[in-house]
Amino acid sequence: MSSFLDRLLGRHPKSASQAKDRMKLVLIHDRTDLSPGALEMLKDELITVISRHVEIDPGAVRIEMTQEGRQHRLIADIPLRTARSARRG
Amino acid sequence: MTGKVVTVTSGKGGVGKTTATANLGAALASGGDKVVCVDADIGLRNLDVVLGLENRIVYDLVDVVEGRCRLRQALIRDKRLPELFLIPAAQTRDKSAVSPSDMVRLCDELRHEFDWILIDSPAGIERGFRNAIAPADVVMVVTNPEVSAVRDADRIIGLIEAEEKGPARLMINRIKPDMVRRGDMLSADDVLELLAVELIGLIPEDENVVMSTNRGVPVALNGKSRAGQAFRNVARRLRGEEVPFMEMSEDGNLFGRLARLFRPGGN
Repeated sequence: MSSFLDRLLGRHPKSASQAKDRMKLVLIHDRTDLSPGALEMLKDELITVISRHVEIDPGAVRIEMTQEGRQHRLIADIPLRTARSARRG
Repeated sequence: MTGKVVTVTSGKGGVGKTTATANLGAALASGGDKVVCVDADIGLRNLDVVLGLENRIVYDLVDVVEGRCRLRQALIRDKRLPELFLIPAAQTRDKSAVSPSDMVRLCDELRHEFDWILIDSPAGIERGFRNAIAPADVVMVVTNPEVSAVRDADRIIGLIEAEEKGPARLMINRIKPDMVRRGDMLSADDVLELLAVELIGLIPEDENVVMSTNRGVPVALNGKSRAGQAFRNVARRLRGEEVPFMEMSEDGNLFGRLARLFRPGGN
């Protein structure tokens, strides 16, 4: 909310919140040794492998990293194409 | 007597490890516990000057490990605090002069004599750091509310867990409440959320630290210093007491509050 107000009034976001946002991403990549580029590659390979067995919509595949304490989890959301949605698409 | 080994480390240099070690030592010793501070930063000795004991060094850590003197001969007693002792680092050697198992053996001997063995770790993640955490029962990570220090703290916390020395306890040093209030410094909550680790101390930035270090008298012995109070609180928490954390965003004096009322865009 305050960042919305800041933008409305033409103010820059506070430097501490910028630091926090940047560090969130940096720490995930430091801890998992997985860069954004590597994550993209992983996603592409996952799509290739899964497509071999079942029909999916490659454009709708989403991969994200979640954090709980110092534990990280890779979540893949892969919508399957059913016979009906395939006909429509 | 079975003393506890507490290692103070950080990853990044210059965040206040040596200051923290000296002040925890002074605070614990002034409470009546028998304490030895061990400077494990071989080649870059500093704990001696911070404690004001630099003129009394005869033997050092490497002399003990290599058998050139008995342990007792390397222990320097602080005359102001008779329960506080120092084993200084060697200045003319490097970290490879000591191994992790040397440190474990040394601390096993010290445990019989002292309530607390505080180890001042060197910066970095190499041999010196491994030496320092090898004998630890508790590992304390010092950081500053600043991106490079937080990143390095995260790295070191991971290594401590990998060595099964966790969970690390976090001390956030040099907090400037005024900058936190303006949104220009990471708050303690921000740092804790990023590092996801247990907190043991919040230390405000305080000019008294530099002044005390100039004199070689730990700031924890200064009853009027905020940082001194904060270090004494950490010592009490180490002893197992529940001590509330110091408020790091209060408005300070009346003039500070008035000034903020009139500052444009202030909150």
